[in-house]
Amino acid sequence: MVSLVMNSAASAKSAAPSASQPVLRVNNLEVTYYTDLGRAKALDAVSFSLKAGQKLGMVGESGSGKSTLALAMMRMIKPPGRIEGGQVIVGDTDLMSLTDEGMRAARLDKIAYIPQGAMNSLNPVMRIGAQMIDAVRSHVRGERGSAIEDRCTAALRSVDLDPGVFRMYAHELSGGMKQRVCIAIGILLRPSVIIADEPTSALDVVTQRQVMETINRVQAEINAAVILIGHDMGLMAQAVDQVAVMYAGRLVEMSSVREMFTDPKHPYSQALISSLPNLDTKGVFRGIPGLAPSLLRLPSGCAFHPRCPHGHEELQRSVRPEPVTLPGGRMVACHLYNEDGHRHG
Amino acid sequence: MTLTSASTNPAAPNVAIVQPSRLTLTLRYFRRNKGLAIGLGILLALALFTIIGLLVIDPKKAYPLSAALKQSPSLKYPFGTDFFGRDLLAAMVVGMWQTAFIGLLAGGIGTALGVVLGFLAAYFGGWVDGVIRTICQILTPIPVLLIQVVVAGSLDKRDVTIVTMAMIVAMLAWMGPTLVIRAQVLTLKERQFVAVAKLSGVSDMGIIFKEILPNLLPFIAAAFVGQVFGAVFASFYLAVLGLGPLREPLLGNIIWAAQSQGAFFNGWWWWPLEPAFAMILILGALALVNMGLDELANPRVRRTE
Amino acid sequence: MNIRIVARRLLFFVLVVWAASTIVFFIPRLSPRNAIRERFGELARTGGFSPADVEKLIASMQQQFGLDKPLLEQYWQYLGNILRMDFGYSLSRYPMTVTDVIAQSLPWTIGLLLVTTVISFVLGTILGAVAAWPKAPGWLRSTATPFILLTGVPPVIMGILLLFFIGFRLKWLPLGGAYSVGIVPTWSWSFFIDLMEHQILPALSLILGSVGGWVLSMRGMGITIQGEDYVNFAEHKGLTGRRIFRDYYLRNALLPQVTGLALALGTVVTSAVVVEGLFGLPGIGTALNLAIRANDFPVIYGIVLFITIAIALLMTLLEFVYPLLDPRIRAN
Repeated sequence: MVSLVMNSAASAKSAAPSASQPVLRVNNLEVTYYTDLGRAKALDAVSFSLKAGQKLGMVGESGSGKSTLALAMMRMIKPPGRIEGGQVIVGDTDLMSLTDEGMRAARLDKIAYIPQGAMNSLNPVMRIGAQMIDAVRSHVRGERGSAIEDRCTAALRSVDLDPGVFRMYAHELSGGMKQRVCIAIGILLRPSVIIADEPTSALDVVTQRQVMETINRVQAEINAAVILIGHDMGLMAQAVDQVAVMYAGRLVEMSSVREMFTDPKHPYSQALISSLPNLDTKGVFRGIPGLAPSLLRLPSGCAFHPRCPHGHEELQRSVRPEPVTLPGGRMVACHLYNEDGHRHG
Repeated sequence: MTLTSASTNPAAPNVAIVQPSRLTLTLRYFRRNKGLAIGLGILLALALFTIIGLLVIDPKKAYPLSAALKQSPSLKYPFGTDFFGRDLLAAMVVGMWQTAFIGLLAGGIGTALGVVLGFLAAYFGGWVDGVIRTICQILTPIPVLLIQVVVAGSLDKRDVTIVTMAMIVAMLAWMGPTLVIRAQVLTLKERQFVAVAKLSGVSDMGIIFKEILPNLLPFIAAAFVGQVFGAVFASFYLAVLGLGPLREPLLGNIIWAAQSQGAFFNGWWWWPLEPAFAMILILGALALVNMGLDELANPRVRRTE
Repeated sequence: MNIRIVARRLLFFVLVVWAASTIVFFIPRLSPRNAIRERFGELARTGGFSPADVEKLIASMQQQFGLDKPLLEQYWQYLGNILRMDFGYSLSRYPMTVTDVIAQSLPWTIGLLLVTTVISFVLGTILGAVAAWPKAPGWLRSTATPFILLTGVPPVIMGILLLFFIGFRLKWLPLGGAYSVGIVPTWSWSFFIDLMEHQILPALSLILGSVGGWVLSMRGMGITIQGEDYVNFAEHKGLTGRRIFRDYYLRNALLPQVTGLALALGTVVTSAVVVEGLFGLPGIGTALNLAIRANDFPVIYGIVLFITIAIALLMTLLEFVYPLLDPRIRAN
């Protein structure tokens, strides 16, 4: 078992304040689904920020709120779900305060979304080119037809696709090619934030890697902040520099990849990391005990306490842990830690 | 490490949110699926009208020369009488009963045929499937009503009874359910539990009746409602064309008779209007139930809120 | 589209026509009724023929129609006749042929059918698409509701309601017939107006009675299409609602709707036939109605076959429209 006590050597230095302002700040984002069986809080006071060029991997079990977070940031939550509050600030605009028309204009332009189901994300009856052109035309007024086409073929080239794809239909492309087209569409307007929702989930291993490399390259090209949503920790480890762990609609830990893999703080993160196959365990797979809780009846206090090896105390069962920033700048929401990075008495 | 989970851990108080009762959930569902509730309500009201009517009214009054001629609705004849001296209230009660009878009988036969053929096609596959599917595909574009016209027209009008009418309708109405059931059995066949049953040596019949049939019930129910709707509709059209059992006060027959006698030209407006309204209630209710069931079976069709 | 698919569709068309012809040939011959004997029996009762004369007449007629030959030979001859669109003679309007009867009434039916089907299909498709579109204004979405409520009202019953309210109560429009009694058909403006006045109620019955069906199928399809990833992604792309509606949602929902039109042709035509009969318009429906009343079997069978062939032909033609709407079909 990983030691739960912070080693105090690292506590002296705090993270160097960055020269640049974060390009994305999410504050207390909340989403609730109103169902027949009751209310389900799918996103509970989620806050984090990213700088330009940073890559954040968002992990968690299915139902933990990863995809809800992506949709909420795009303001695409559909009934019976509702965004109950919070801010999503891109640059200096709070997306939540925009009008519907303003939000429409901000999509793709400020914040782009690369969908999970790339297999069906392209309109089957329109040529790829037409689907790229309409995206540009919806945001840029008065650009000449040939200029738009150049922009589109350039985007196709930068995701390693032949410009000939421009005149093809979706059914003529492979799964990997379709995913690349979606990425090409995502970078058409050089947005400052890109959210990729399990962009590789339906692809084979080789194509997965290629698509990840493509995302990396275009991200470097336009210096966007990227949020990568997924549950494949292994793939994530190679692609991102920050990792955030979600559990039951809350962000429970966020740190650099290295810290997350060498010294996870939250017991849930620890379980996630130790469930990864590695050379030491020699293929012996260890799952995380217990079941993911239903959002309709979350355990009281810390939602993880029924599955947590430290969860049997009154504190864990009755009080919800608030996120704390540990020395070094990493964030964790767990009763085991306080601001000094020490275990609570 | 102990395996505990939120739902089984006794040390997790305040966790339980009471699951609403079945009745509450049903009522909540009806509130959203209003069509189903209203449709079932109308059907219930019509059934009550018919049953009470059959108990209270002398069915003989639904036949010619049993009442004064051409009376507009009055206290004595709340629904009026027609050119042939039928009390239209009695005619409505009997006609409704006959319509229901034809609908249920023809719908039942059509569904049963469809279930059997669909099963045979999907379960045994091969040439059986090929033959059944091809026949269905070739018959589907042929307008059923017109073939029914040929059949009904080839019968002596004195031979046409309520039961023959139901048979004519049922004879050509099994293609739809056959294809639906076939498709469902095909998907069920691929499911694990059928494979397990097969491996553990359960016989064909055992698999059909114990494993597959129970899972098909919702689809059979939906097909049945659709078939009843189709049968009521088809028998109504046949009767309006003058191919029904002419002596019977079937709703379509009443309209055919009224139109033949130029009811509107002569001012006997109530004569064709009453069976028309009765038909609207029946078909409307069946359509609502049918749509409601669709919504129940396929939640994606649900209206966005 | 390649030759094999075209050939397969044409073969299917031939099969449908053959199946319909065969049914129409054998069903009457399975029945104990003898059409000619019944017809001449009626004549004998009203016209004062002696029974012996009638027997002789029947024998000669049966020879003329080839009814004395073996069944199989009759069947081959019959199939040959159908290929030549020869359905025989009308019994009640002899010496008119069945083809004459159909040709005389066909223009009326085609006119009514074409106008009402186009209007109700287009109207229903648009209303249904809007009704399922969550971003459409509320009042626009609810425009579809009255039509959906009318779904349970088949065109014939709609006809009776319209006859009662508009023809009988309000006396705005005539109660039936093709044109007013006593007017001589001429190429004049006033005759044209009179003619149109008689067409409004039948057309309205057919439109009001069928729009709801198109609304419902389109709404159902629309709700499914809305859940498709490409519509979602279009919204993520920041397209305007209008563009998503037209290019992503409507265009994809239209495909199954056109298939639906092909499948519904039978119902559409039979509804028109019954409504024509109700209003006494001189189209195919009234011809069928009169034939049923007069036991004019060749006309009944001829009309049934003719309509079936026409529907099968239309369905085959519609199949050739799909590739224009969907590149995926074009590809294979």
